[in-house]
Amino acid sequence: MEVNLRDPKILMKLSKLGSFHQSKLSFLRSFLNEFRDWEYRRDLFKLNQNGYGRVVYSFSKNNRTYSLICFANEIKDDERSDRVIATKWDAAFTLHDGVPTDHDIDRLANEVPKQEVGRLSYKELTLSRANKSLRLFNYVVDCLSNGQQPDVNKLSKVGYLYRTTAVYGSGKFGLADRFRIKNRDEILGPFRLEMMLVYLVRQFTFDQVNHIAKNRNPGLAVQLDPNICRNLGIGNSTGLGMAPFIVNHPELLNNWILARETALKKIRQIEKVSNKDFNIFKDCLIKSLRNVTSWHTESEFQNNKIKSLLDDLEKFIEFLNKSSLENKPFLFNEIYSWIENNLDDECIEYIVSMMMEPYDKIVNPLLKNMSADEELNFNIPIDRTVEELRNIIEQNYSDILKIDFSKNENNQNFWFISKNKEEPRLADRYKDHGSDLEQPLAIARDIKKLYEILFISKNSLTIGKFLMKHNEFRHVVRRAFITEKFPYAEIQDNTIGSNLMPIDMLRLKLSFFGALKFDPRSNKWLRICMFQGAPLPNELKSFDSHWVYNSLNS
Amino acid sequence: MRSFSEIETAVKRATRGMGFSWGVAEEVGKNIRLLEMFGLPGFKNINQYFKVLTNQEFEKISTISTINNSKSLYCPITMGLNFFDQSIHLKDADNIQINNLGFPLLFIPFVSRTSEIIGKRIFLKIDNKEFLFNFNQAVYSNYLSGDIVEKSEKNELKFMENNNLFSEEEWSELYKLSEDTFVEETDELKQSAAGAGLIDND
Repeated sequence: MEVNLRDPKILMKLSKLGSFHQSKLSFLRSFLNEFRDWEYRRDLFKLNQNGYGRVVYSFSKNNRTYSLICFANEIKDDERSDRVIATKWDAAFTLHDGVPTDHDIDRLANEVPKQEVGRLSYKELTLSRANKSLRLFNYVVDCLSNGQQPDVNKLSKVGYLYRTTAVYGSGKFGLADRFRIKNRDEILGPFRLEMMLVYLVRQFTFDQVNHIAKNRNPGLAVQLDPNICRNLGIGNSTGLGMAPFIVNHPELLNNWILARETALKKIRQIEKVSNKDFNIFKDCLIKSLRNVTSWHTESEFQNNKIKSLLDDLEKFIEFLNKSSLENKPFLFNEIYSWIENNLDDECIEYIVSMMMEPYDKIVNPLLKNMSADEELNFNIPIDRTVEELRNIIEQNYSDILKIDFSKNENNQNFWFISKNKEEPRLADRYKDHGSDLEQPLAIARDIKKLYEILFISKNSLTIGKFLMKHNEFRHVVRRAFITEKFPYAEIQDNTIGSNLMPIDMLRLKLSFFGALKFDPRSNKWLRICMFQGAPLPNELKSFDSHWVYNSLNS
Repeated sequence: MRSFSEIETAVKRATRGMGFSWGVAEEVGKNIRLLEMFGLPGFKNINQYFKVLTNQEFEKISTISTINNSKSLYCPITMGLNFFDQSIHLKDADNIQINNLGFPLLFIPFVSRTSEIIGKRIFLKIDNKEFLFNFNQAVYSNYLSGDIVEKSEKNELKFMENNNLFSEEEWSELYKLSEDTFVEETDELKQSAAGAGLIDND
């Protein structure tokens, strides 16, 4: 049966991309699968009675070791901030390539807590920091030190003991460049080392809370129940820093989306879906409802989406119950056709993610295609012609070409890099200063300008000669040729319009990370939870691959 | 130590800050990363070039010919971009001369990348410094200094023909040795080992 990949012009709209959910393709899930047979160790645990000091964890296999070095620091309550302007954090972390020497740890103790103003070396792979959840951390310590387990319902409202506020990699602040490690099989999937860092930080939060409780009341304290630990993840507070990433890495974006779309297509093409596989799908779907009902946010935008999701899931379950789908040929295609016609994007994408659950054989081979060697397509094909480039734009950007950029509302925003933190920001072009230093993220506007010039240029002119007069379009000429090879490389929306919701861009990326419980705090930053429900490091050798849906939340 | 990623990002932003377009800035960022990876002092040279550029006019070439003369120094970025962009038209020339090039090391990565896209080795002589670019995979050079080179009077480019660097005789000699890994086939083996029948024209 012929099933087409979904149309990029529909799929790559921001409102659609902002409805994506975690799936089997998500990086934190593929990280756990990859490292399930690695040896986990806690190599060093030197915390004082209040939980401040140094801890080292590692994963090893054959001759390779990755070590997470944690520095837990005492800070005042009024110094604690999730915002990128913060300069102190409860804990700071780096993932070291190999086994760190004492000298390495001393060197890093001077640099890692400083984060962006510290200097790392090529021996370090990722860098992060995190703050305690004021709502939970001390409460859990109090409970444990009094010999009691904390209330699961109270924990589920937050979902984590610590929240990371940034995770850096790929050469930032002196960290190892990607090329140094890119050929290692175990990290072929994107962001795998960032996932490792976050995962081990989660274990640190449990070890620290147990340690403090034990020191506070040695005779009575109990350890946090492993079932409760498993139900806690790591929070993350994320701002606009993530948004430009998906614009600046078009091939990578394509490869993520293409993997998802290829999985969906192959699943829709299965003629005979076994009862076992259909039951896995239904089972995950039903269990996952607890993740939705325990999804708390004060954001009206997100609450509307959650309500729509729950309403649609109810409709969908009713459809499943009434339709006697078992043994129908192309069952998942039937389901997909129904959801596309009857449900909203939030639920459509939820069910698409769920459809992957039974199909390791389809999903796993796609994981290795989710990285990108972006150098390969950097050079502009100068021997191509103006006519060819114009055709590519007409084909791949037809909706973009319809946007009227003479209207202020379509030019409302501009992206810039802040001087004090070197982080991306979004401002109003007509109210705020700085638009003369705009970043090249207004792709739709620039593509349209390029198209207008191409329209009055000679068809047979080579791109090399075209650029002699129009180098100001070089960045979008390069992109347009990239979209010719990579259909899902471009967001099919205006990233500077007045109705832009930047959190849609964040959510797209975070869904591929495997985040749950998107909690927008404004239209420019949000909180999420990662690894909630995941096996603990000492359980990795054997765990349920559908762990995401095994929540204890009510 | 600064990572190559930091170098690329800083140079890209600085190039834009100097007034070049974003697309050009992307190219220069990649180029300086490439120079540094090749062990050549790209960062130092671009830094000095931008310092000089604030007070000095450089000639911005448009169309590149076989002989290019200028009284003032050519801008290495514009020269490099145009060399890259026009390389499909230039590659058949025997020799290209560029007289009076500012900061010639900044021109190098454009030539290296051109070697890759046209599929030819390119020889570049910057005064007495020689460079051979091998499809952007490697650079052979007699220049190993980490200095800033502010200008070069005479620059010569040659597109090398895609010839092997050995003779047919040398090929035969070595190929003969490779035959020592082959098995002499008996008539029986000819029939059984190939998989197909001997009659393959029916």
